[in-house]
Amino acid sequence: MSDATTITVRVRRYHPEHDAAPVVRDYRVPFAPDWSVLQALQYIKDEIDGTLTFRWSCRMAICGSCGMMIDGRPALACRTFLRDCNPAGVEVSSLAHFPVERDLVAVLDGFVEKLSRVKAYLIPKREAIPGAGENLQTPAELDRYRPLSACINCQLCYAACPQFGLEPKFLGPGAIALAHRYNEDSRDAGKNARLDVLRGDHGVFDCTAVGYCSVVCPMQVDPAHAVNSNKARAAASWLSGAFAKRGARS
Amino acid sequence: MEFFDADVAIVGAGGAGLRAAIAIAQYDPALTVALVSKVYPMRSHTVAAEGGAAGVVQAHDSLDAHFHDTVAGGDWLCDQDVVEYFVSRCTPELLQMEHWGCPWSRRPDGRVDVRAFGGMKIERTWFAADRTGMHMLHTLFQTSLQFRSIRRFDEHFCADLLVDGGNVRGVLTIAIASGEFVAIRAPSVIVATGGAGRVFRENTNGGIVTGDGMALAYLRGVPLRDMEFVQYHPTCMPGTGILFTEACRGEGGWLLNRDGYRYLQDYGLGPPSDTPRNKFMELGPRDWLSQAFWREERAGRTIDGPHGAVVHLDLRHLGTAKLRERLPQICDLAKEFLGIDPANSPIPVRPAVHYTMGGILVDGRCATSVAGLYAAGECSSVGIHGANRLGSNSLSELCVFGRLAGEEAARHAREAGASDAPNFGEQAREAADRCLEPLARRSDGERMAGVRREMADTMERGCGIFRQEEALAATCAKLDDLTDRSRAIRLDDRSRTFNTEWLLSLELGYQLEVAKAMAHSARARLESRGAHQRLDGYTSRDDARFLRHTVATWAGPSAPPRISHADVRITRSPPAVRAYGAAGETAATGRST
Repeated sequence: MSDATTITVRVRRYHPEHDAAPVVRDYRVPFAPDWSVLQALQYIKDEIDGTLTFRWSCRMAICGSCGMMIDGRPALACRTFLRDCNPAGVEVSSLAHFPVERDLVAVLDGFVEKLSRVKAYLIPKREAIPGAGENLQTPAELDRYRPLSACINCQLCYAACPQFGLEPKFLGPGAIALAHRYNEDSRDAGKNARLDVLRGDHGVFDCTAVGYCSVVCPMQVDPAHAVNSNKARAAASWLSGAFAKRGARS
Repeated sequence: MEFFDADVAIVGAGGAGLRAAIAIAQYDPALTVALVSKVYPMRSHTVAAEGGAAGVVQAHDSLDAHFHDTVAGGDWLCDQDVVEYFVSRCTPELLQMEHWGCPWSRRPDGRVDVRAFGGMKIERTWFAADRTGMHMLHTLFQTSLQFRSIRRFDEHFCADLLVDGGNVRGVLTIAIASGEFVAIRAPSVIVATGGAGRVFRENTNGGIVTGDGMALAYLRGVPLRDMEFVQYHPTCMPGTGILFTEACRGEGGWLLNRDGYRYLQDYGLGPPSDTPRNKFMELGPRDWLSQAFWREERAGRTIDGPHGAVVHLDLRHLGTAKLRERLPQICDLAKEFLGIDPANSPIPVRPAVHYTMGGILVDGRCATSVAGLYAAGECSSVGIHGANRLGSNSLSELCVFGRLAGEEAARHAREAGASDAPNFGEQAREAADRCLEPLARRSDGERMAGVRREMADTMERGCGIFRQEEALAATCAKLDDLTDRSRAIRLDDRSRTFNTEWLLSLELGYQLEVAKAMAHSARARLESRGAHQRLDGYTSRDDARFLRHTVATWAGPSAPPRISHADVRITRSPPAVRAYGAAGETAATGRST
């Protein structure tokens, strides 16, 4: 329970060395309207229970460390404020759909491997010529991929994705959005190199178009749109591939 | 304990560490790079840099102008040969970032755009909206994924540097998830761990910015240089210290006191004009602007807020469209954290600690006094920032010196060959035992957070924007007391799995070492220069005695650092009066005639 000067933080805790299953623990912390959930967790760790475990760093919604479930929704703890939480108590647990390392720390290793697999880096159209200067890119060309490049890899979209919950091998919204970011970059020539992974097993066609990924994204990246664009592109590539084969046979 | 053999180990995977890793992979793909980071690389604090990176591109700009701005901005405490190299390498490195896909903001014709920044005579700050560090970091990280020779050790905490007979032998790390030690043997090690702003109370830095690499190098005999020079950024969120980029002012923002008056005109930065003028008013250097705030506060002309005195950062006249295009993150932070739309209301701001100009003493090639040990980025003192860093020089620094450190470390690794350190395992185990001590400690001592808080408070009191002997002496004594107390703190958590409390206690040890180096260095500088300003009789610059670097050498667990001074390398810019605004213009005209 809470009153005007305190709020209860209900934390789902788990320690693999001694818990068979997660346990819920309540902590009473001071309530300040400008405090974030992260500040409440820091208060608990500093003043009440040093064993509480969570990731954080920048406090300003740019490093992507402090993603967790807050009142059942994937959110960054640093930019979720106590004033906006349920006054009866705020519930926090580790990001849904990921194994729990400990307390609010999820096991997130798979994401970087997926980024590598989709080749989320620039595959240049031409080798840079020394002294040639920059590639030209108009503001309009920049705008085609700039929103996608805002992804901070917080992986809230994976916690929002029911398909990823069922199938952890699914590339998932974040990695597909970043593949699409490079596909849409006027300097890039890697579309075809990324296509096999995007349309292959556990690629874009695993997506069931729920769209919750885009709702929870703290950077307005709209991964759902990125996934859909690549479904269309993959389908088109199959069709043209099929026609090409038929043409070759005749 | 696990062991891993690498050719180069890099500690820290922010901008400098990643740039170094890529440089090594390109220099020789046969060299194995162990890239160690206590967080996933994209969490590194480079991510929080907002405004941009300096590199000369405009036809009417010159390397010479960038050189002079940097040297004067540093109040002549820069090593000018290194600045010369630095400014010549900025633009090629930022172009390299462009070729790797960095989403630089563009002009209508498709060329990279540049914006104005404090203390820079001509616009030369490349930017990606106001998330430049985030985009540079992610570009570097994603680029690094292509190189198979880079073996990442994500979420591995650096517990020690292993040094033997004047040679580096490798690093000891803790795999955070398991709490197990991993010792990485390598003939070359690069420290790229960033700054130490978290030793202060109100700061812009992420929680991870705890001076780990500085302290580790220092404890292994490498001096820390110019540690008294700590940069206060003038426009930060009260309470949290979250940064509102200097680009707010580069784009034309104003600073107003309680009377709505652009007070910087009273501090040698005027006259004011409606449109921004480089090196005037709000485009003055950070040290001057933070000092001006302090004086306004003493004069009672600031505004009282719930988290202390503030002034107003007024962006209203820029209009919604420009704010959304150029400063989207600033708009989001103001709205979410303060409930303010900068298009309609001024943002309350105050100075907060932002950057450590000093760091691990390296030569112009990033080499320390320990063979095979290099440092790059904010943790290092390569000589380009002097007594005050200019905004947008540090992101360029990461690229220029990250790459250089990588190439130098790679060359050394190739020449040295595989590390033949017979005592390596024994040394690593001894270091591991030292790290485990807090877990084994049976103590009913105090909680850690109190010690950490008192450290941050005393640093703010003694080593803030203005300093004096009495407060500095009190801070030095307090830090000794806190060091003793830190050795008896009680940990709640004695387990090994992802034990962040244990790691915080090791970080606190690092922070106290860095804090002591800062306070004692400040105490020994009996003049005012750049970010080091004194009130107690040493209120002006004293080139005769103190146009010298401060060198702090570790002298034992219970002794203060040994402080000495070393020459500054001056090549072609003799020390002159540092002036901005109209006075700066007059001085520049005088020099060129």
